[in-house]
Amino acid sequence: MSQHNTGHEHASGESHGSLKSYVIGFIFSIVLTIIPLVIVMNGLLNKTQTVITIMIMAVLQLIVQLFFFMHIREGEKPRWNVMTLIVGIIIVLTIVGGSIWIMSFNSTVQ
Amino acid sequence: MAHATAEHSHAHEAHESHESLKVLGFWIFIVTDILIFGTLFACYAVLHTHTNGGPGAKELFEMPGVIAETFILLTSSFTSGLAVLAMHKGKVKQLIAWLAVTAVLGAAFIGMELTEFVKLVEEGHKISSNAFLSAFYTLVGTHGLHVSIGLVWMIGLMIQLSRRGVTEVTTRKVTNLSLYWHFLDVIWIFVFTVVYLMGVM
Amino acid sequence: MWENIKDFASTFFVTGDPLIYGADVSIALTSIAIVFVLTYFKKWTWLWREWITTVDHKRIGIMYLIASLLMLFRGGVDALLMRTQLALPNMKFLQADHYNAVFTTHGTIMILFMAMPMMFALFNLVVPLQLGARDVAYPFLNSLSFWLFLMGAMLFNLSFVIGGSPDAGWLSYPPLSELSHSPGVGENFYIWGIQISGIGSLATGINFLVTILKMRAPGMKMMKMPLFSWSVLSSSIIIIFAFPILTVTLALLFLDRFLGAHFFTMDLGGNPMMYVNLIWMWGHPEVYIVVLPAFGIFSEVVATFSKKKIFGYNSMVFSMMLISIVSFFTWAHHFFTMGASANVNVFFAISTMVIGIPTGVKIFNWLFTMFRGRITITQPMLWTLGFIPCFAVGGATGVMLAVAPADYQYHNSYFLIAHFHQVLIGGVVFGYLAGIYYWWPKVFGFKLNDRLGKWAFWLWNIGFYVCFMPQYALGFMGMTRRLYTYGSDTGWDLGWAPLNLISTVGAFLMGLGFIFQVWQISYSIRKGERDLTGDPWGGRTLEWSIPSPAPMYNFAVEPQVTTDDAWWKVKEDRAKGIKPAPVKYEPIHMPKNSAIPFVMSVCWFIAGFGFVFDWMWMAIPGLIGVAICLLARSFSYDTDYYIPVDEIERTEAALRGRTV
Repeated sequence: MSQHNTGHEHASGESHGSLKSYVIGFIFSIVLTIIPLVIVMNGLLNKTQTVITIMIMAVLQLIVQLFFFMHIREGEKPRWNVMTLIVGIIIVLTIVGGSIWIMSFNSTVQ
Repeated sequence: MAHATAEHSHAHEAHESHESLKVLGFWIFIVTDILIFGTLFACYAVLHTHTNGGPGAKELFEMPGVIAETFILLTSSFTSGLAVLAMHKGKVKQLIAWLAVTAVLGAAFIGMELTEFVKLVEEGHKISSNAFLSAFYTLVGTHGLHVSIGLVWMIGLMIQLSRRGVTEVTTRKVTNLSLYWHFLDVIWIFVFTVVYLMGVM
Repeated sequence: MWENIKDFASTFFVTGDPLIYGADVSIALTSIAIVFVLTYFKKWTWLWREWITTVDHKRIGIMYLIASLLMLFRGGVDALLMRTQLALPNMKFLQADHYNAVFTTHGTIMILFMAMPMMFALFNLVVPLQLGARDVAYPFLNSLSFWLFLMGAMLFNLSFVIGGSPDAGWLSYPPLSELSHSPGVGENFYIWGIQISGIGSLATGINFLVTILKMRAPGMKMMKMPLFSWSVLSSSIIIIFAFPILTVTLALLFLDRFLGAHFFTMDLGGNPMMYVNLIWMWGHPEVYIVVLPAFGIFSEVVATFSKKKIFGYNSMVFSMMLISIVSFFTWAHHFFTMGASANVNVFFAISTMVIGIPTGVKIFNWLFTMFRGRITITQPMLWTLGFIPCFAVGGATGVMLAVAPADYQYHNSYFLIAHFHQVLIGGVVFGYLAGIYYWWPKVFGFKLNDRLGKWAFWLWNIGFYVCFMPQYALGFMGMTRRLYTYGSDTGWDLGWAPLNLISTVGAFLMGLGFIFQVWQISYSIRKGERDLTGDPWGGRTLEWSIPSPAPMYNFAVEPQVTTDDAWWKVKEDRAKGIKPAPVKYEPIHMPKNSAIPFVMSVCWFIAGFGFVFDWMWMAIPGLIGVAICLLARSFSYDTDYYIPVDEIERTEAALRGRTV
C-alpha cells in the first residue's frame, strides 16, 4: 500500500478530463467500432483471424472507455476500484473460459 | 487517507469523504454487474450453437439496425461524459441539457432494440423456441433492462438537479450515473462483438 | 362460490399430513402470542422505532442472530425428521415426497438462511467495533440487506404451509427442478426466497468490503488489522464475485419455468449440466464464504485465551487471501462424474488439493499460538479445541474426495454427506458458536452460563462424532444420499441398520445440545454474570476498549492505532503508567433511521409471492413498490444528523461511571 501524501485533494480540485480528452476518446471508440465492422461485413480475414481481431478491438474499446470516459487513473490511492475491477475481469474470464472448457464434453458426447 | 481524516475530522470533510465512499461502493457494484453479464456471456457462449435445428445467428440478425444502435449508444456515452464536464464547470443548465440528450439517445436505443425483438418474435423466433434464442434474449434483454433502469434514474436525477443544483450529493450521483452509463456502453461493445459480429461472421 | 374457495384453499394450503397441521397450529399460536405480547406491553412503537427502522449495525446484528437461531431450529428439526425416518429399516414415519421436501429445505435453510445470517450477525456485531469505526460504510444499505434476507427467508419458509415445499435437493438441479418434473410452486419459492435474500447478501459483501478498506481507525494499516476483520474481508471478496453468478443461475432457471425458455431443459437444445456448472461456480466459493470468518474467529479466540500474539500473522493473512482467490478455481470437483474430459478433472482435482495447503497452514498457526501459551479453557476456547481435530479429519476426507477417479466411488454416497457435515458443523457451526460465546458479553453485557455451556458443548461434540462417523462407513457400504428408506425386502439393506441407528442417536444428542443452549441463554439473561468492565476476557482488539454493550456511536473519540492488537498495547501502556491523551469530544455524524428498507423488502416479498404463484396482479404492484421505494430514497436528502457534544458527555459519564 503506497503512502499517502499529506496534502489532501478536494474532489473538485482534481481534473476530470477535458473536452479534448472526451473528444479523443469518442473518436477512438468510433474508429474501434468501424474497424471490426468493416472486417466482418466484408469478410476480409479468415475465421480465427477475425475472432482474434474483433476481440482485440473490443478490449481496446474497453480500455478507451476506462481511461478517457471513466477516468480510472484518478481518485485517491490505493485504487481499490481498479483492483476490484481486475479481479472481477479475471473471474469473468474464468467463468466464460471454464464453462466453455467444461461443457465442451457435450459436443463430443452428443 | 488515515492521516487526512485524523487531522481534519470536522464535519464538512467527513461528509465529503462519505460521498467518495459511495462512489467506491458503486464501482464495486458495477464489478458485480460485470459478473452478471459475464455469466450470461458464458451461457451464450455454451448455448449459441444449440438451435435445435432452427435458424442461427447468421440467419436471424439484421445488421443495419444493430449498427445504428451501437453508434447511438456510443454517442450517448460521449454525451454523458460531456454532462460530467459541464457539472465540474458548475453549469447546471448545460449539465441537464447533456443528460437530456443522453436520455433521448438511450430511449432511441431501447426503442430500436424493442423493435428488433418484436420483429423476431412475430417471425416466430421466441425465447421458448430453443436454447440459443433463450440465451440471446436473456443476454441482450438484460442489457436493455439496465439501460431502461438507467433512463428512469437519469430522469429522476435531472429533476433533483433542477431543484438543488450542483452540490456534493448531486455531484456524486451524476458521477455514479455516468460511470453506470459508460459501463453499459462497454457491455454493449461486447454484446455487439460476441453476439452480433461473431454471429453473422 | 363456496366450492371455488374450498377448491382454491385445498391447493393453496398444504394439506394431508398431520405434521403440517401441527406446524400450522403452532405457527398460528406463535403469531397470536407475539401480537398479543406486543400489544399488551404497548411495544409496537418501540419495535418500529428501535428495531424495524434502525440502521445501527449492532441492532441489525442482533436481529440477524435471532433469525439465524430460529432457522437453526427449523433446519435442525428437518435433520431430526430425516434421522428418525432412517433410524430403522422400512420406517413409515415420512412419506417419500415428504422426505424429499425435508432434505431439500434442510440443506437450503442451513446454508443460506442459517449459516449466512449467523455470519452476517457476527460481521455486524464485531467488525465496526474491531476497526474502531462508528458504523459500517453504508448503514442504510445494511438495514436493507437484513430485511431482504428476512423477507427471502420468510418467503422460503412459507412454502411449508402454503403451496408446497421445494423438493429437488438443496441446489435444485434441473431437469428435476424444471416445470416438466416439478410442476408445483415449490421450486418457485426456492428461487424467489434465495433470490431476494441473495440481493441482500451481495449488498452486505460490498458494504463490509468498503467498511474494512475505508473505515479503519486512524493508524490501523491493513497489516495491523485484527484477523477476524481480515477473514471478513476475504469472505466479502468471495461474496462479491460469487453471488452474481447465483443470481443469474436462478434467474435463468426461473425463465425456464416462467417463460418457457430452454437453458436447462432436456429438449430444444437446453443443457441441464450447464446449470450444475454454473451453480457450483457460486456453490463452491460459498463454502469458503462461510468458513473463512470461522477461521478469523478461531484466530481471535486462540490469541486471547493463550495470552499471546497470534503465531504467523502474515501467513494467516496470506493464506486467507489465497483461499479466497483459489476457491474460484475448484468448482468442477462437485461433478467429476459428469463426463467432462480427463483434463478438466485433472485440473480441478489438483486445484482442490492445492486449496488444502493454506488451510493446513492455518491449523498449524493456531497450534503454535497455543504452544507455551497461558491457556484458559473458556467456552469459546472449548469450541475452538473441538474444531481443530474435527476440521482436520473433514479436510482429510475432502482430499480423498478430490481424487477424481476415487470420487467415482464416493460420489453422492453417505461418505460425501459425512465429509461436508464435518467441515460445515465442525468448521462453520463450531466456529460461529465460538464467536457467539466470545462476543456475547460485548453485545449483551453479560456472559453465558458456563456449566450449561459445557453440557451443550459436550453434547454437540460427542453427538457430532456419533452421528457422522458411522456415515463414512455407510458410504463405503454403498448407501447413497437422499435415500428415504431401506430394507431387506427391497434389497436396500446391506447391513446398514445398526450404523444408521447409531447415527440417529448422535443427531438427537446434538439436538439436546441445542436445547441446552436455549436453556443457557434464557438462564443467563436472568442470572448471567454481568460484564461491567467492557473487557471480560482480557481481549487484545479495539472492541474490548469500550463499554458493553457499546453506546450507539461506538467510540466517543476515534481511537488512534499504532500497532496490531491495539487494545493490548493501550493496556500495557497503562500498566507502565503512561497516561492516555486527554479526550476531547466532537459532534458525531450519524445516519437517521429509515423505514424504506423494511417497506422495500415487504414490496419484494409481495412481488416474489406473486411470481411464485404466477399472479401478475400481485407481482407487478410489488415491483412498482420497489421502484417507488428506490426513488423515495433517491429524493430524500435529510438522511443524517449530529450527536451534540453534551449528549456524548452525558452518555459516556453514565457508561464509564458504571464501568470503572
